[in-house]
Amino acid sequence: MSDILVAEGVGKKFGGFVALKAVSVRFAQNKLAAIIGPNGAGKSTFFNVISGAFPASSGRVSFEGHDITGLPPHEYARRGIAKSFQITNVFPQLSAHENVRVAAQMQKTRYNLWTPRAAIRELIEEADHLLERVGISAKRHAVARDMAHGEQRCLEIAMALACKPRLLLLDEPTAGMSPEETIKMMDLIVTLAAERTVILVEHKMKLVMGICEQLVVLHHGELLAQGTPDDIRANEEVRRVYLGQGKY
Amino acid sequence: MRAHRRAGLVVSEVNTRQGAGRNLIDAIVRHRVAATIGFLIIFPWFVPYHTLAINILIWGLFALGFNLLYGYAGLLSFGHAALLGVGSYGCGIVIVHFGWPWYVAIICGILFASAVAAVIGFLAIRTRGIYFSMVTLALAECVYYLFYKWESVTGGENGLRGINVSTINLFGFEINFLDPVNKYYVMLGVVAIALWLFSRILASPFGAVLETIRENDARAAACGYNVANTKLMAFVLSGAFCGVAGALRALHLSTVPVEVMQISTSGDVVMMALLGGFGTFFGPFIGAAVFQLFGDALTLWTTHWQLYLGATFVVFVLFFPRGIWGSILHWLRVAKP
Ligand SMILES: Nc1ncnc2c1ncn2[C@@H]1O[C@H](COP(=O)(O)OP(=O)(O)OP(=O)(O)O)[C@@H](O)[C@H]1O
Ligand SMILES: [Mg+2]
Repeated sequence: MSDILVAEGVGKKFGGFVALKAVSVRFAQNKLAAIIGPNGAGKSTFFNVISGAFPASSGRVSFEGHDITGLPPHEYARRGIAKSFQITNVFPQLSAHENVRVAAQMQKTRYNLWTPRAAIRELIEEADHLLERVGISAKRHAVARDMAHGEQRCLEIAMALACKPRLLLLDEPTAGMSPEETIKMMDLIVTLAAERTVILVEHKMKLVMGICEQLVVLHHGELLAQGTPDDIRANEEVRRVYLGQGKY
Repeated sequence: MRAHRRAGLVVSEVNTRQGAGRNLIDAIVRHRVAATIGFLIIFPWFVPYHTLAINILIWGLFALGFNLLYGYAGLLSFGHAALLGVGSYGCGIVIVHFGWPWYVAIICGILFASAVAAVIGFLAIRTRGIYFSMVTLALAECVYYLFYKWESVTGGENGLRGINVSTINLFGFEINFLDPVNKYYVMLGVVAIALWLFSRILASPFGAVLETIRENDARAAACGYNVANTKLMAFVLSGAFCGVAGALRALHLSTVPVEVMQISTSGDVVMMALLGGFGTFFGPFIGAAVFQLFGDALTLWTTHWQLYLGATFVVFVLFFPRGIWGSILHWLRVAKP
């Protein structure tokens, strides 16, 4: 099995502060992987670098064998990498349906000034289908801003799916969700991972232990350990980091 | 942009909620081009004199073009005076120096304004927020200076004179263009085409991308849209519509006063768009009408009319950030039936 995403010596500095120190990780194709670690470990920073939100200060990232380091953010989506952010990031004043429709539209047309949106039926249907898939089709006409937090998280995943990604990146998809919503979301993620590579960031270790095939543990901006859930469970250093936190 | 969103300045015209008593508004919003043209057809008969109606028509179109950038793409330009001015000069220069027909001159005005918009936009889109506004302002001042100094072509500080179009031939009919009523309706024909194109753009996939950039440009980029290119294109399109307004203004005044390029023009258009309602289709015309009628009425009894206008502007910013038309739409939609 080949690797879909390879990070080599990825580092990130914010001013003088080193948030990430030379992290090298390979993610296997069509697997569900998770990046875990305590608060402030650098998970989101690493996530943002591999998803193109901001460039790395050092190191290289390649996707499907091509170097994607330093490409502008929109190139990531066009090459097949889609994401949902840790802090919900949707188009607040647009309807749920339009949020997804416009995300799907990128595949088809970007500078068309002429055809009415309403006439492009396939995008409308695709948006309907994706809303259904993430379980919020009842909110089709709701303005994104007025939706419940959990629904907005689902909406963002539908938007990411609309990019038809081969690699789906999710930063704490269950953040701020109720226990029931969390279970539903985890189920959804497992079904999504059956069709493509999914990498998620999570700080609640026990949430991902049961479902992931690969775990990457970050701590103080460094790669602490990586491997299967069993490897990680047995790892002494990981135990020490999480000790007393009751997180697993 | 965040402030923009928080203040709820933008009214989505797409998602009209259901309910009684809103049918008229719904119909107006759905048939926005026809409704706006219908309004503009009867409008001159409700204002004190026809020349004022022509002014309002032109400023309304100018505000419409400005609104494409701020109301729909979220980019606040303080340099739109240059686009109106270049549209006027583009139209005037080819009439005065080459004797080209008026309709070709309008197209030249559009091309000139779009080209200048491309240059200003290219340099300004690299910046965000207040810096964007400042860069557009500074570049517009440069354009003003250039046209001011380029006396042989633009007439310098005396302005460009001699744009004399007294009769025009329309489908075989000789029309006396000096008659304000004729002039108004000929110009309304041009404005109607502009409105129709504008509405098409808003309804198009590109219009959807503009909205995403206003809403959240990081998300737009994550969806795969090239934010910089889209902004540049919005700037050029805005320039094209302002160019039409500029060209019509040159035909209307028979001259291009160089003062049109001064910073106050850029400020006036922001005020008109705000008075009418940012991000609404019909708002710019309402804003232009209120601005001009107000100014016209106030000048009769006070020389300090700009003071009152400024005060009105402040009241709107503080209490009615949606503007007149935006507030009407909002009230009718959220009010309990
Ligand atoms: N834009 C930034 N500027 C400066 N420092 C930052 C920035 N983003 C993150 N940091 C710092 O980098 C460190 C790692 O942050 P990061 O967001 O990657 O952590 P995380 O593992 O995602 O934590 P959490 O579980 O809270 O989401 C933190 O100390 C944070 O304060
Ligand atoms: Mg984080």
